[in-house]
Amino acid sequence: MAMTEQGAPTGRPNRPRVFWTMRRRQLLWVWGFLAVPVLFYGVIRFYPTGHAFWLSLTDWDLMSEPSFIGLDNYTRLFADPQFGRVFRNTFAYLIMGTPISLVLSFIIAYALDRVRFGHTFLRALYFLPFITTASAMAWVWRWFYQPAPIGVINDFLSGFGIPQLAFLNSTTWALPSIMVTAIWAGLGFQIIIFMAGLRAIPNTYYEAARIDGLGEWAILRRITLPLLKPTTVFLVVFSSIGFLRIFDQVYNMTTNDPGGPLGSTKPLVLMIYQTAFSSYEMGYAAAQTVVLFTILLVVSLLQLWILRERT
Amino acid sequence: MTSAPAPTPTLAMPRIHPGRILIWTVLFIGGVIMVTPLIFMFSTSLKTAGQVYDLRMIPAAPTLDNYIKVLSDGRFLRWFFNSTFIAVAVTLSNVFFDSLVGYTLAKFRFRGRYFVFLAILSTLMIPTEMLVIPWYLMSAEFGWLNSYWGIMFPGMMTAFGTFLMKQFFETVPDDFIEAARIDGLNEFTIWWRIAMPLVTPALSALAIFTFLGNWTAFFWPLIVTTSQELYTLPIGLSSFAVEQAIQWEMIMTGASLATLPTLLVFLLLQRYIVRGVMLAGLKG
Repeated sequence: MAMTEQGAPTGRPNRPRVFWTMRRRQLLWVWGFLAVPVLFYGVIRFYPTGHAFWLSLTDWDLMSEPSFIGLDNYTRLFADPQFGRVFRNTFAYLIMGTPISLVLSFIIAYALDRVRFGHTFLRALYFLPFITTASAMAWVWRWFYQPAPIGVINDFLSGFGIPQLAFLNSTTWALPSIMVTAIWAGLGFQIIIFMAGLRAIPNTYYEAARIDGLGEWAILRRITLPLLKPTTVFLVVFSSIGFLRIFDQVYNMTTNDPGGPLGSTKPLVLMIYQTAFSSYEMGYAAAQTVVLFTILLVVSLLQLWILRERT
Repeated sequence: MTSAPAPTPTLAMPRIHPGRILIWTVLFIGGVIMVTPLIFMFSTSLKTAGQVYDLRMIPAAPTLDNYIKVLSDGRFLRWFFNSTFIAVAVTLSNVFFDSLVGYTLAKFRFRGRYFVFLAILSTLMIPTEMLVIPWYLMSAEFGWLNSYWGIMFPGMMTAFGTFLMKQFFETVPDDFIEAARIDGLNEFTIWWRIAMPLVTPALSALAIFTFLGNWTAFFWPLIVTTSQELYTLPIGLSSFAVEQAIQWEMIMTGASLATLPTLLVFLLLQRYIVRGVMLAGLKG
């Protein structure tokens, strides 16, 4: 399939020299297929990425021209007391959310994998929340968290004589309350992925282990968990990114004071949203997005590195 | 299926351990807890304002009044249409372009192939949040704010989908493609008629993922739309809920309307959806 060079001997005198060889025609197809996508990725992905970096070095309120201010946005951000709080909140979602949701989903997947009777039905119960709309379910949970006569959870607790919890109105409990909603929404996906991972482990390993007289617990520790590692790594990274980017639930559960009470639930993405689209400080907001990008990159690489080390 | 008598009835009736029953029961209770928010949402949407305080799961006198009230101002129908149109259009675009690019990268050898692949893959690292401000400025400049195209354009192709499809096209034997070439089919027809039908499981996984993602999308539509006419269902519901303040039965009706369509689709296609999520999750 070598390309026909100009002046290559054609052998047959009657046949005109072929310019559109198989190879060239194929290349034309290839770039024809790729033309629109290449344009798309250039204009809608790469250009905006560069633009965001550039904007982060400017001061711009959308009204006047952007002015270049170097790294001032970054120094301002790291001195901003609000950012300190938002940073802690964002990591609070991650540090509590990821382990809790992973442990829960693994236990459920492990148990569900062994259940034959009513398997599809049980699986559907766990999976359903995943396909709901986050903003709709955030409002349902918000209602659950209301004080007693109307709030389902407080009503349930008061039935046992447990005092009322303020949930979304408390600076201590609001963040965990929102996190529970987020865990609930993502659990079904993680369970399904864990189940797919469990199914992928060949039965022969288990049979061999049983012949060797290993108990259930030993099989779980020595065979299931190590072989499930790729799935676990994927879910750790995936779920961490999700919690670091949490927005829908927070926005909808705290509409009267977004990120409140007193900023106690505000994650980085909500701060970005407010800086850009409430205060119209585009440069400052862009700097925050660059920081988010860096956090996501560092956390994912760190997790991949740590989890790879132990293999 | 055979007319032979069942050989071992003991196989059909496995021994029931008390441990198994316990696990099943715990799983069942957990599952019920998982769907409790959904049940309460539906049951409250069937109650009158006065009945909301009585937290019974099954309403004493179920009524569809709330639905009639919510639907009668027409906004929900409009939002429903917007969401459906956008999710379907973006899904079609992804199914077309992601698989076209995935196929090209998997099945052709050409200079720049590896570079194009890496470039597309590298966009996976960039979070949407970082692109949102430039997209907003771009939309403002070109007049895409408050338009379907403005909501849709960022998602018309995804690196995730391209990667997924590339993985699957690599399993298609080259012989099939060569044979079609010898038969004189052009490259587009080979892709569309020969290769595409061989990866339908992947295509349906991609379609399910893209549709769900766009149907429930919140962040970008919230930014790019300011006119109620163009809200998608999640944004519309959010603004509707704020408007209703503490009329929980109305909010729950809105939430039910936003949730019902996906639930129905799920109940119909559970097998495919679960399989699709597994496939996309494992290969992606």
